[in-house]
Amino acid sequence: MLAFLLTLMLLLGIVIVLAYAERKVAAFMQDRMGPTEAGPFGSLQSVLDVLKLLQKEDIVPAAADQKLFKLAPILIFAAVFAGFAVIPFTPDLIPAGIGIGVFYLLAIISLDVVGLLMAGWGSNNKYAMLGAMRSVAQIVSYEIPAGLAILSVVMICQSLDFQEISYQQGILLNRFPGLEFETNWLFGIEALGINTTNIGGITTWNIFRAPILLVAFVIYFIASLAESNRAPFDIPEAESELVAGFHVEYSGFRFAVLFLAEYSMMVLVSLVAVILFLGSWNTPLPNLTALKFANWTTGTVGELSGILWGGFWLLSKTFVLLFLQLQIRWTYPRLRVDQLMHLCWKVLTPVALGIVLLAGIWRLLMV
Amino acid sequence: MERSSVTRKTGFWEVVKSLLSGLQLTWRHFRNADKRRAPVPVMDDNYFNQPEGLVTLTYPYEAIPVPENGRYRLHNEIDDCIVCDLCAKICPVNCITIESVKATEEIGMTSDGTKKRLYAPVFDIDMAKCCYCGLCTTVCPTDCLTMTPVYDFAEVDIKNMIYHFTDLTPEKAEEKKQLLAKQQEEMAAAKAAALAARKQQG
Repeated sequence: MLAFLLTLMLLLGIVIVLAYAERKVAAFMQDRMGPTEAGPFGSLQSVLDVLKLLQKEDIVPAAADQKLFKLAPILIFAAVFAGFAVIPFTPDLIPAGIGIGVFYLLAIISLDVVGLLMAGWGSNNKYAMLGAMRSVAQIVSYEIPAGLAILSVVMICQSLDFQEISYQQGILLNRFPGLEFETNWLFGIEALGINTTNIGGITTWNIFRAPILLVAFVIYFIASLAESNRAPFDIPEAESELVAGFHVEYSGFRFAVLFLAEYSMMVLVSLVAVILFLGSWNTPLPNLTALKFANWTTGTVGELSGILWGGFWLLSKTFVLLFLQLQIRWTYPRLRVDQLMHLCWKVLTPVALGIVLLAGIWRLLMV
Repeated sequence: MERSSVTRKTGFWEVVKSLLSGLQLTWRHFRNADKRRAPVPVMDDNYFNQPEGLVTLTYPYEAIPVPENGRYRLHNEIDDCIVCDLCAKICPVNCITIESVKATEEIGMTSDGTKKRLYAPVFDIDMAKCCYCGLCTTVCPTDCLTMTPVYDFAEVDIKNMIYHFTDLTPEKAEEKKQLLAKQQEEMAAAKAAALAARKQQG
């Protein structure tokens, strides 16, 4: 219960910051100023937006399917929020440390699609229906390259446990029960004979441990943009043609929940990208002979320093990815439906399949 | 010169390059966000030469100064006005309404030394009708009607767009009218008396 509340508070905090950042970053990239009036530099803008939404009337269209319409936002948010249960925030802080975390996460965020379809169908509105159809088609399709990219990580790490995957990517490798006698080799190749177990830092991140995963990371990142309905894959809520897609009929609190779910999804996919590819809560600074940067910036596991450093690295890496998502939104034009499907099925999926094969071979080199 | 932007580039690396150059563009604008456009007037040499930074001006707090010869809200300095009605006559949209009452004696002098002989119980300019042609300011003999640099004077009620420039209260105006009527009556009586006296003599 405590984990639930803490995660919810953390998530709300991140989403508020993100919603503000989105408006400011968008404004700066377009040579505008963004919010300036509410609080210093407009920093209270997103808080006020939420308060405003909560005061608004909760409108349910007369022709809507009441039950589906009312349930959908809750289901969408619950599906996304449930994903946070298996995210390790620090070396010893994880809401639910289950052994099949990766599998659970993929399964639970797929529920999102059901909620989207419920919202689109229940609204009884052509734009909502079109948006939901596009959204479902897109998310279901992009789960395949994303899933394959994650599978290649799982093959390299030989684990479905997010915490174990995290421990493998840093100097704390031998601290995880069951990995006491493991070693990290440079690029994962034992034959090179360079032991990086105690160097840590960026050299033990998954994209460095098995450079093939760099391609997997790019594939996952592209697919995650599509899964969270972000530009350039935002055809489900293409403002210029579908008004707002599946949530066009929502107002007040329900809209706030959908909005929250959307931003939570962005945060979740970025967190997963960081955990699987970019070294999770591990520091990017390696130990260099006498300069023990990695040790200094890792803290002591089980103490406050370990929690603070772990949380700091995880969140800062996540925010870098989130910034990239925002920048991509304001840089690239939206893809057409056919281009979207072409990219998914004819480009990303075959490449991801190849990566899975290569990751298997790489794993053989690692042991 | 070959127009490289027109020639179609294909291939994986070309695509990657163009994607990266797009990100580079937005990043450059993001990095320049600490710079601001200065609120310089259009006469300034740098007006068109500020290619970087945020272009927004936070309007109520800062604004681009307007040119000195700009044509914006009218103002009548009623102390200098001789109520000659030229401005109302030249106005192409009839937005100036003037009523005049002759003074019984000389009222005073304008700042350029013209004698004032008329009161203006009504001197209204309807800025909602005004077309900002500036003709009224050109014909004004005492230069009391001028255009100010004020351009932000929107109103919720359109009646507030009518600007009253008279310095007489309605009571004062009524008093002046009665004074004039009285004087005219007296003059008429004097005239009549004079006429009667001449008839008697003649």
